[in-house]
Amino acid sequence: MSNERALRHLPVLITILVAFMLMIMPLPDALESFRPDWITLILIFWAMTVPRSYSVGIAWLVGIVLDVAQGTMLGQHALALSVVIYITVKFHLLMRVFPLSQLTATVFALLALYQFLLFWINGVAGVSANAIDYWGPVITGTLIWPILSTFLTGVRYRVQMGT
Amino acid sequence: MVSLHSNSNPARIPALGFRALALIILSILLMWLDHRENHLDAVRRTIGVAVYPIQIVVDAPARVWAWLTEISATKNELQLENSRLRIEALITRGRVQELAALKAENDRLRTMLEAREQVRGEVRVAEIMAVDANPYRHNIVLDIGSNDGVYDGQAIVDASGVVGQVIEAGLATSQAILISDPDHTLPVVVNRNGLRTIAFGTGEYNQLDLPFLANNADIRPGDLLVTSGLGGAFPSGYPVAVVETVTRLPQEPFADVTATPAAALDQVREVMLIWTETRDEGSDDE
Repeated sequence: MSNERALRHLPVLITILVAFMLMIMPLPDALESFRPDWITLILIFWAMTVPRSYSVGIAWLVGIVLDVAQGTMLGQHALALSVVIYITVKFHLLMRVFPLSQLTATVFALLALYQFLLFWINGVAGVSANAIDYWGPVITGTLIWPILSTFLTGVRYRVQMGT
Repeated sequence: MVSLHSNSNPARIPALGFRALALIILSILLMWLDHRENHLDAVRRTIGVAVYPIQIVVDAPARVWAWLTEISATKNELQLENSRLRIEALITRGRVQELAALKAENDRLRTMLEAREQVRGEVRVAEIMAVDANPYRHNIVLDIGSNDGVYDGQAIVDASGVVGQVIEAGLATSQAILISDPDHTLPVVVNRNGLRTIAFGTGEYNQLDLPFLANNADIRPGDLLVTSGLGGAFPSGYPVAVVETVTRLPQEPFADVTATPAAALDQVREVMLIWTETRDEGSDDE
Protein backbone atom coordinates (compact mmCIF):
# COMPACT_ATOMS: atom_id res chain seq x y z
CA MET A 1 0.00 0.00 0.00
CA SER A 2 2.61 2.49 1.05
CA ASN A 3 4.75 1.31 -1.82
CA GLU A 4 1.98 2.02 -4.24
CA ARG A 5 1.46 5.46 -2.81
CA ALA A 6 5.13 6.22 -2.97
CA LEU A 7 5.08 5.21 -6.61
CA ARG A 8 2.27 7.65 -7.28
CA HIS A 9 4.16 10.47 -5.64
CA LEU A 10 7.34 9.66 -7.48
CA PRO A 11 6.59 11.33 -10.84
CA VAL A 12 5.50 14.49 -9.08
CA LEU A 13 8.62 14.64 -6.94
CA ILE A 14 10.89 13.91 -9.88
CA THR A 15 9.27 16.53 -12.10
CA ILE A 16 9.52 19.13 -9.35
CA LEU A 17 13.18 18.25 -8.84
CA VAL A 18 13.90 18.52 -12.56
CA ALA A 19 12.04 21.83 -12.66
CA PHE A 20 14.29 23.04 -9.87
CA MET A 21 17.37 22.14 -11.85
CA LEU A 22 16.03 23.93 -14.90
CA MET A 23 15.36 26.99 -12.74
CA ILE A 24 18.95 27.30 -11.58
CA MET A 25 20.64 25.96 -14.71
CA PRO A 26 22.93 28.58 -16.21
CA LEU A 27 21.71 30.16 -19.43
CA PRO A 28 23.40 32.60 -21.80
CA ASP A 29 22.75 36.19 -20.78
CA ALA A 30 20.51 36.83 -23.77
CA LEU A 31 18.18 33.97 -22.83
CA GLU A 32 18.33 34.58 -19.11
CA SER A 33 15.18 36.74 -19.09
CA PHE A 34 13.26 34.15 -21.09
CA ARG A 35 13.66 31.21 -18.75
CA PRO A 36 10.19 29.68 -18.37
CA ASP A 37 8.85 29.36 -14.83
CA TRP A 38 9.28 25.60 -14.85
CA ILE A 39 8.26 25.18 -11.26
CA THR A 40 5.06 27.18 -11.63
CA LEU A 41 4.11 25.26 -14.75
CA ILE A 42 4.75 21.87 -13.13
CA LEU A 43 2.85 22.83 -10.00
CA ILE A 44 -0.10 24.17 -12.01
CA PHE A 45 -0.27 20.87 -13.87
CA TRP A 46 -0.21 18.69 -10.77
CA ALA A 47 -2.58 20.95 -8.86
CA MET A 48 -4.98 20.79 -11.76
CA THR A 49 -4.86 17.01 -12.15
CA VAL A 50 -4.36 15.82 -8.57
CA PRO A 51 -5.61 18.70 -6.44
CA ARG A 52 -6.26 16.58 -3.38
CA SER A 53 -2.64 15.57 -2.99
CA TYR A 54 -0.85 18.61 -4.34
CA SER A 55 -2.28 21.98 -3.57
CA VAL A 56 -1.27 25.11 -1.74
CA GLY A 57 0.76 23.38 0.98
CA ILE A 58 3.22 21.80 -1.45
CA ALA A 59 3.29 24.98 -3.52
CA TRP A 60 4.22 27.00 -0.48
CA LEU A 61 7.00 24.60 0.55
CA VAL A 62 8.42 24.55 -2.96
CA GLY A 63 8.21 28.35 -3.01
CA ILE A 64 10.23 28.63 0.19
CA VAL A 65 12.95 26.35 -1.17
CA LEU A 66 12.95 28.40 -4.39
CA ASP A 67 13.37 31.55 -2.34
CA VAL A 68 16.43 30.08 -0.69
CA ALA A 69 17.87 28.79 -3.96
CA GLN A 70 17.45 32.14 -5.67
CA GLY A 71 18.29 34.33 -2.72
CA THR A 72 15.06 36.28 -2.93
CA MET A 73 13.13 37.39 0.13
CA LEU A 74 12.00 34.38 2.12
CA GLY A 75 8.30 34.03 1.29
CA GLN A 76 8.22 35.91 -2.00
CA HIS A 77 7.92 32.95 -4.35
CA ALA A 78 6.03 31.04 -1.65
CA LEU A 79 3.32 33.69 -1.61
CA ALA A 80 3.05 33.99 -5.37
CA LEU A 81 2.95 30.22 -5.83
CA SER A 82 0.34 29.77 -3.08
CA VAL A 83 -1.97 32.29 -4.71
CA VAL A 84 -1.56 30.85 -8.20
CA ILE A 85 -2.06 27.27 -7.01
CA TYR A 86 -5.04 28.29 -4.90
CA ILE A 87 -6.74 29.66 -8.02
CA THR A 88 -5.73 26.58 -10.01
CA VAL A 89 -7.21 24.21 -7.43
CA LYS A 90 -10.31 26.36 -7.09
CA PHE A 91 -11.00 26.09 -10.82
CA HIS A 92 -9.40 22.72 -11.52
CA LEU A 93 -12.66 21.10 -12.66
CA LEU A 94 -13.22 23.87 -15.15
CA MET A 95 -9.62 23.80 -16.34
CA ARG A 96 -9.76 20.05 -16.95
CA VAL A 97 -12.58 20.37 -19.49
CA PHE A 98 -11.00 23.33 -21.27
CA PRO A 99 -9.67 22.59 -24.74
CA LEU A 100 -5.92 23.02 -24.95
CA SER A 101 -6.07 26.49 -26.50
CA GLN A 102 -8.32 27.82 -23.76
CA LEU A 103 -6.26 26.08 -21.10
CA THR A 104 -3.11 27.68 -22.49
CA ALA A 105 -4.78 31.08 -22.27
CA THR A 106 -5.66 30.33 -18.65
CA VAL A 107 -2.08 29.34 -17.93
CA PHE A 108 -0.96 32.60 -19.51
CA ALA A 109 -3.21 34.48 -17.10
CA LEU A 110 -1.90 32.47 -14.13
CA LEU A 111 1.72 33.06 -15.10
CA ALA A 112 1.04 36.75 -15.59
CA LEU A 113 -0.55 36.90 -12.14
CA TYR A 114 2.45 35.05 -10.69
CA GLN A 115 4.88 37.53 -12.19
CA PHE A 116 2.71 40.43 -11.15
CA LEU A 117 2.80 39.24 -7.54
CA LEU A 118 6.59 38.93 -7.68
CA PHE A 119 6.80 42.37 -9.29
CA TRP A 120 4.54 43.81 -6.64
CA ILE A 121 6.54 42.34 -3.76
CA ASN A 122 9.77 43.50 -5.41
CA GLY A 123 8.26 46.95 -5.69
CA VAL A 124 7.36 47.07 -2.01
CA ALA A 125 10.81 45.81 -1.05
CA GLY A 126 12.55 48.22 -3.42
CA VAL A 127 14.10 45.67 -5.80
CA SER A 128 14.27 47.09 -9.29
CA ALA A 129 14.29 44.95 -12.43
CA ASN A 130 13.57 45.35 -16.12
CA ALA A 131 10.10 44.69 -17.50
CA ILE A 132 11.51 41.94 -19.71
CA ASP A 133 12.54 39.96 -16.61
CA TYR A 134 8.84 39.71 -15.77
CA TRP A 135 7.34 39.30 -19.23
CA GLY A 136 9.93 36.91 -20.62
CA PRO A 137 9.00 33.95 -18.40
CA VAL A 138 5.28 34.52 -19.03
CA ILE A 139 5.74 34.39 -22.79
CA THR A 140 8.05 31.37 -22.90
CA GLY A 141 6.03 29.61 -20.18
CA THR A 142 2.83 29.98 -22.18
CA LEU A 143 4.53 28.76 -25.35
CA ILE A 144 5.95 25.72 -23.62
CA TRP A 145 2.76 24.78 -21.78
CA PRO A 146 1.08 22.72 -24.56
CA ILE A 147 4.20 20.56 -24.95
CA LEU A 148 4.77 20.25 -21.22
CA SER A 149 1.18 19.37 -20.38
CA THR A 150 1.07 16.76 -23.15
CA PHE A 151 4.27 15.24 -21.82
CA LEU A 152 3.08 15.24 -18.22
CA THR A 153 -0.28 13.76 -19.17
CA GLY A 154 1.68 10.96 -20.83
CA VAL A 155 3.76 10.45 -17.71
CA ARG A 156 0.67 10.36 -15.53
CA TYR A 157 -1.06 7.89 -17.83
CA ARG A 158 1.92 5.55 -17.85
CA VAL A 159 2.30 5.62 -14.07
CA GLN A 160 -1.38 4.96 -13.66
CA MET A 161 -1.16 1.97 -15.97
CA GLY A 162 1.81 0.64 -14.04
CA THR A 163 0.13 0.61 -10.64
CA MET B 1 -7.68 9.10 -0.89
CA VAL B 2 -5.09 9.82 -3.50
CA SER B 3 -7.20 9.62 -6.58
CA LEU B 4 -5.55 10.34 -9.87
CA HIS B 5 -8.86 10.75 -11.64
CA SER B 6 -11.41 12.31 -9.39
CA ASN B 7 -13.54 13.61 -12.19
CA SER B 8 -16.53 11.76 -10.86
CA ASN B 9 -16.81 13.43 -7.48
CA PRO B 10 -17.41 17.16 -7.51
CA ALA B 11 -14.16 17.77 -5.71
CA ARG B 12 -14.25 20.35 -3.02
CA ILE B 13 -10.93 20.48 -1.33
CA PRO B 14 -11.58 20.85 2.38
CA ALA B 15 -10.52 24.15 3.93
CA LEU B 16 -8.65 25.18 0.79
CA GLY B 17 -9.43 28.85 1.17
CA PHE B 18 -8.46 28.81 4.81
CA ARG B 19 -5.17 27.04 4.14
CA ALA B 20 -4.32 29.41 1.31
CA LEU B 21 -5.06 32.43 3.46
CA ALA B 22 -2.98 31.07 6.32
CA LEU B 23 -0.04 30.41 4.01
CA ILE B 24 -0.31 33.86 2.46
CA ILE B 25 -0.26 35.50 5.85
CA LEU B 26 2.67 33.29 6.85
CA SER B 27 4.55 34.32 3.69
CA ILE B 28 3.97 37.99 4.37
CA LEU B 29 5.17 37.52 7.93
CA LEU B 30 8.29 35.71 6.71
CA MET B 31 9.03 38.38 4.14
CA TRP B 32 8.64 41.09 6.72
CA LEU B 33 10.95 39.31 9.14
CA ASP B 34 13.45 38.58 6.41
CA HIS B 35 13.46 42.03 4.87
CA ARG B 36 13.34 44.13 7.99
CA GLU B 37 15.21 42.18 10.56
CA ASN B 38 17.33 39.48 8.91
CA HIS B 39 16.28 37.09 11.64
CA LEU B 40 15.96 34.16 9.32
CA ASP B 41 19.57 33.40 8.43
CA ALA B 42 19.43 30.12 10.31
CA VAL B 43 16.27 29.09 8.47
CA ARG B 44 17.84 29.96 5.15
CA ARG B 45 20.95 28.02 5.99
CA THR B 46 18.94 24.94 6.95
CA ILE B 47 16.91 24.96 3.75
CA GLY B 48 20.06 25.78 1.82
CA VAL B 49 21.41 22.36 2.78
CA ALA B 50 18.53 20.81 0.85
CA VAL B 51 19.27 23.00 -2.17
CA TYR B 52 22.99 22.17 -2.15
CA PRO B 53 22.73 18.76 -3.89
CA ILE B 54 20.62 20.31 -6.64
CA GLN B 55 23.23 22.99 -7.14
CA ILE B 56 25.97 20.36 -7.26
CA VAL B 57 24.12 18.38 -9.94
CA VAL B 58 23.46 21.50 -12.01
CA ASP B 59 27.05 22.62 -11.66
CA ALA B 60 28.45 19.18 -12.51
CA PRO B 61 28.38 19.41 -16.34
CA ALA B 62 30.43 22.61 -16.30
CA ARG B 63 32.88 21.05 -13.89
CA VAL B 64 33.20 17.86 -15.92
CA TRP B 65 33.71 19.92 -19.07
CA ALA B 66 36.49 21.94 -17.44
CA TRP B 67 38.08 18.73 -16.21
CA LEU B 68 37.82 17.12 -19.65
CA THR B 69 39.43 20.06 -21.43
CA GLU B 70 42.18 19.97 -18.84
CA ILE B 71 43.00 16.28 -19.22
CA SER B 72 42.66 16.34 -22.99
CA ALA B 73 45.11 19.21 -23.40
CA THR B 74 48.12 18.15 -25.41
CA LYS B 75 51.63 18.13 -24.00
CA ASN B 76 52.55 20.96 -26.34
CA GLU B 77 49.71 23.17 -25.07
CA LEU B 78 50.65 22.43 -21.50
CA GLN B 79 54.27 23.33 -22.16
CA LEU B 80 53.24 26.59 -23.78
CA GLU B 81 50.96 27.41 -20.88
CA ASN B 82 53.63 26.43 -18.42
CA SER B 83 56.23 28.71 -19.93
CA ARG B 84 53.71 31.54 -20.14
CA LEU B 85 52.77 31.09 -16.49
CA ARG B 86 56.43 30.93 -15.51
CA ILE B 87 57.07 34.29 -17.14
CA GLU B 88 53.97 35.69 -15.52
CA ALA B 89 55.08 34.43 -12.12
CA LEU B 90 58.49 36.00 -12.62
CA ILE B 91 56.99 39.37 -13.49
CA THR B 92 54.54 39.16 -10.60
CA ARG B 93 57.32 38.29 -8.18
CA GLY B 94 59.28 41.26 -9.39
CA ARG B 95 56.30 43.50 -8.85
CA VAL B 96 55.78 42.08 -5.37
CA GLN B 97 59.33 43.04 -4.40
CA GLU B 98 58.58 46.55 -5.49
CA LEU B 99 55.37 46.35 -3.51
CA ALA B 100 57.15 45.31 -0.33
CA ALA B 101 59.36 48.37 -0.54
CA LEU B 102 56.35 50.56 -1.26
CA LYS B 103 54.44 49.07 1.63
CA ALA B 104 57.32 49.72 4.01
CA GLU B 105 57.52 53.26 2.77
CA ASN B 106 53.77 53.68 3.06
CA ASP B 107 53.76 52.34 6.62
CA ARG B 108 56.54 54.74 7.54
CA LEU B 109 54.71 57.69 6.04
CA ARG B 110 51.51 56.64 7.73
CA THR B 111 53.17 56.46 11.13
CA MET B 112 54.62 59.91 10.44
CA LEU B 113 51.11 61.12 9.67
CA GLU B 114 49.81 59.17 12.66
CA ALA B 115 47.22 57.56 10.45
CA ARG B 116 45.58 54.24 11.20
CA GLU B 117 47.43 51.28 9.74
CA GLN B 118 45.82 49.77 6.73
CA VAL B 119 44.26 46.39 7.18
CA ARG B 120 45.44 43.68 4.83
CA GLY B 121 43.49 40.53 5.34
CA GLU B 122 43.72 36.92 4.37
CA VAL B 123 42.63 35.83 0.93
CA ARG B 124 41.07 32.64 -0.30
CA VAL B 125 40.15 31.52 -3.81
CA ALA B 126 36.58 30.46 -4.50
CA GLU B 127 35.02 29.15 -7.65
CA ILE B 128 31.81 30.53 -9.11
CA MET B 129 29.36 27.67 -9.54
CA ALA B 130 27.60 27.34 -12.86
CA VAL B 131 24.30 27.99 -11.16
CA ASP B 132 21.99 30.89 -11.79
CA ALA B 133 20.40 32.60 -8.86
CA ASN B 134 17.98 35.48 -8.47
CA PRO B 135 16.66 36.54 -11.89
CA TYR B 136 16.19 40.14 -10.74
CA ARG B 137 19.72 40.66 -9.56
CA HIS B 138 23.28 40.22 -10.69
CA ASN B 139 24.03 37.35 -8.39
CA ILE B 140 26.60 34.60 -8.38
CA VAL B 141 26.85 31.43 -6.30
CA LEU B 142 30.24 30.62 -4.79
CA ASP B 143 31.37 27.11 -3.87
CA ILE B 144 32.42 27.95 -0.31
CA GLY B 145 30.21 28.96 2.59
CA SER B 146 30.18 29.67 6.29
CA ASN B 147 31.89 26.30 6.88
CA ASP B 148 34.97 27.94 5.42
CA GLY B 149 34.45 31.13 7.38
CA VAL B 150 32.61 33.14 4.74
CA TYR B 151 30.46 35.86 6.26
CA ASP B 152 27.76 38.23 5.01
CA GLY B 153 29.16 41.39 3.50
CA GLN B 154 32.55 39.90 2.70
CA ALA B 155 34.45 41.49 -0.16
CA ILE B 156 35.12 39.58 -3.37
CA VAL B 157 37.82 40.55 -5.87
CA ASP B 158 39.46 38.95 -8.85
CA ALA B 159 42.87 39.44 -10.37
CA SER B 160 41.97 42.79 -11.90
CA GLY B 161 39.52 44.40 -9.51
CA VAL B 162 36.52 44.32 -7.21
CA VAL B 163 33.83 41.82 -8.18
CA GLY B 164 31.18 42.15 -5.47
CA GLN B 165 30.33 41.09 -1.98
CA VAL B 166 28.71 38.16 -0.20
CA ILE B 167 25.07 38.74 0.63
CA GLU B 168 24.21 35.37 2.02
CA ALA B 169 26.69 32.87 3.39
CA GLY B 170 25.15 29.41 3.35
CA LEU B 171 26.83 26.36 4.86
CA ALA B 172 28.64 25.08 1.80
CA THR B 173 27.77 27.69 -0.83
CA SER B 174 27.15 31.39 -0.64
CA GLN B 175 25.37 33.97 -2.73
CA ALA B 176 27.11 37.13 -3.73
CA ILE B 177 26.01 40.33 -5.40
CA LEU B 178 28.07 41.85 -8.21
CA ILE B 179 28.99 45.51 -8.22
CA SER B 180 27.02 45.85 -11.47
CA ASP B 181 23.70 45.05 -9.74
CA PRO B 182 21.35 48.05 -9.88
CA ASP B 183 20.93 47.87 -6.10
CA HIS B 184 24.63 47.81 -5.33
CA THR B 185 26.54 50.91 -4.35
CA LEU B 186 30.21 51.15 -3.56
CA PRO B 187 32.18 54.01 -1.99
CA VAL B 188 35.16 54.79 -4.21
CA VAL B 189 37.89 57.36 -4.54
CA VAL B 190 39.55 58.65 -7.67
CA ASN B 191 43.08 57.32 -7.46
CA ARG B 192 44.59 60.42 -9.08
CA ASN B 193 43.32 63.03 -6.63
CA GLY B 194 41.47 61.30 -3.81
CA LEU B 195 38.05 62.62 -4.85
CA ARG B 196 35.43 60.57 -3.01
CA THR B 197 32.19 59.42 -4.58
CA ILE B 198 29.86 56.46 -4.87
CA ALA B 199 29.67 53.99 -7.76
CA PHE B 200 26.24 52.58 -8.57
CA GLY B 201 25.57 49.38 -10.47
CA THR B 202 23.48 49.77 -13.61
CA GLY B 203 22.37 46.25 -14.44
CA GLU B 204 24.93 46.13 -17.26
CA TYR B 205 28.04 44.07 -16.64
CA ASN B 206 30.28 46.63 -18.27
CA GLN B 207 29.03 49.87 -16.77
CA LEU B 208 28.87 51.67 -13.43
CA ASP B 209 27.33 55.08 -12.79
CA LEU B 210 28.74 57.86 -10.66
CA PRO B 211 25.75 60.14 -10.22
CA PHE B 212 26.92 62.33 -7.35
CA LEU B 213 29.77 64.23 -8.90
CA ALA B 214 29.33 67.98 -9.21
CA ASN B 215 29.64 69.51 -12.65
CA ASN B 216 32.96 71.10 -11.80
CA ALA B 217 34.42 67.97 -10.16
CA ASP B 218 37.95 67.10 -11.19
CA ILE B 219 37.36 63.86 -13.01
CA ARG B 220 38.17 62.80 -16.53
CA PRO B 221 37.98 59.70 -18.70
CA GLY B 222 40.73 57.23 -17.88
CA ASP B 223 40.75 57.96 -14.15
CA LEU B 224 41.09 54.86 -12.01
CA LEU B 225 38.54 54.42 -9.24
CA VAL B 226 39.63 52.41 -6.20
CA THR B 227 37.71 51.35 -3.10
CA SER B 228 37.83 53.98 -0.39
CA GLY B 229 37.21 51.58 2.46
CA LEU B 230 34.60 53.97 3.82
CA GLY B 231 31.68 51.56 3.49
CA GLY B 232 33.42 49.15 5.81
CA ALA B 233 32.84 46.10 3.65
CA PHE B 234 35.78 46.55 1.33
CA PRO B 235 39.38 47.12 2.29
CA SER B 236 40.64 50.32 0.69
CA GLY B 237 42.78 50.49 -2.40
CA TYR B 238 41.35 47.78 -4.64
CA PRO B 239 40.72 48.91 -8.22
CA VAL B 240 37.02 49.12 -9.07
CA ALA B 241 36.59 50.74 -12.44
CA VAL B 242 38.03 53.11 -15.01
CA VAL B 243 36.09 56.25 -15.88
CA GLU B 244 34.72 55.93 -19.37
CA THR B 245 32.74 59.06 -20.16
CA VAL B 246 32.22 62.39 -18.43
CA THR B 247 29.32 64.48 -19.74
CA ARG B 248 28.89 67.93 -18.25
CA LEU B 249 25.62 69.70 -19.05
CA PRO B 250 25.65 73.31 -17.84
CA GLN B 251 22.00 73.23 -16.77
CA GLU B 252 22.43 70.13 -14.62
CA PRO B 253 23.92 70.26 -11.12
CA PHE B 254 25.69 66.92 -11.47
CA ALA B 255 27.93 65.57 -14.18
CA ASP B 256 26.97 62.36 -15.95
CA VAL B 257 29.87 60.00 -15.34
CA THR B 258 30.08 56.35 -16.33
CA ALA B 259 32.84 53.88 -15.64
CA THR B 260 33.87 50.41 -16.82
CA PRO B 261 34.48 47.84 -14.08
CA ALA B 262 38.07 46.67 -13.87
CA ALA B 263 37.03 43.06 -13.36
CA ALA B 264 35.37 41.22 -16.26
CA LEU B 265 32.22 40.60 -14.26
CA ASP B 266 30.51 38.32 -16.73
CA GLN B 267 33.58 36.21 -17.46
CA VAL B 268 35.22 35.47 -14.14
CA ARG B 269 35.16 31.89 -12.94
CA GLU B 270 37.54 32.10 -10.00
CA VAL B 271 37.42 34.90 -7.46
CA MET B 272 39.16 35.77 -4.21
CA LEU B 273 37.44 36.40 -0.91
CA ILE B 274 39.11 38.78 1.48
CA TRP B 275 39.06 38.38 5.24
CA THR B 276 39.77 41.65 6.95
CA GLU B 277 41.33 41.29 10.36
CA THR B 278 38.64 43.06 12.32
CA ARG B 279 35.99 40.77 10.93
CA ASP B 280 38.02 37.66 11.68
CA GLU B 281 37.89 38.37 15.38
CA GLY B 282 34.17 38.86 15.12
CA SER B 283 33.56 35.56 13.41
CA ASP B 284 35.77 33.73 15.89
CA ASP B 285 33.37 34.79 18.61
CA GLU B 286 30.45 33.11 16.90
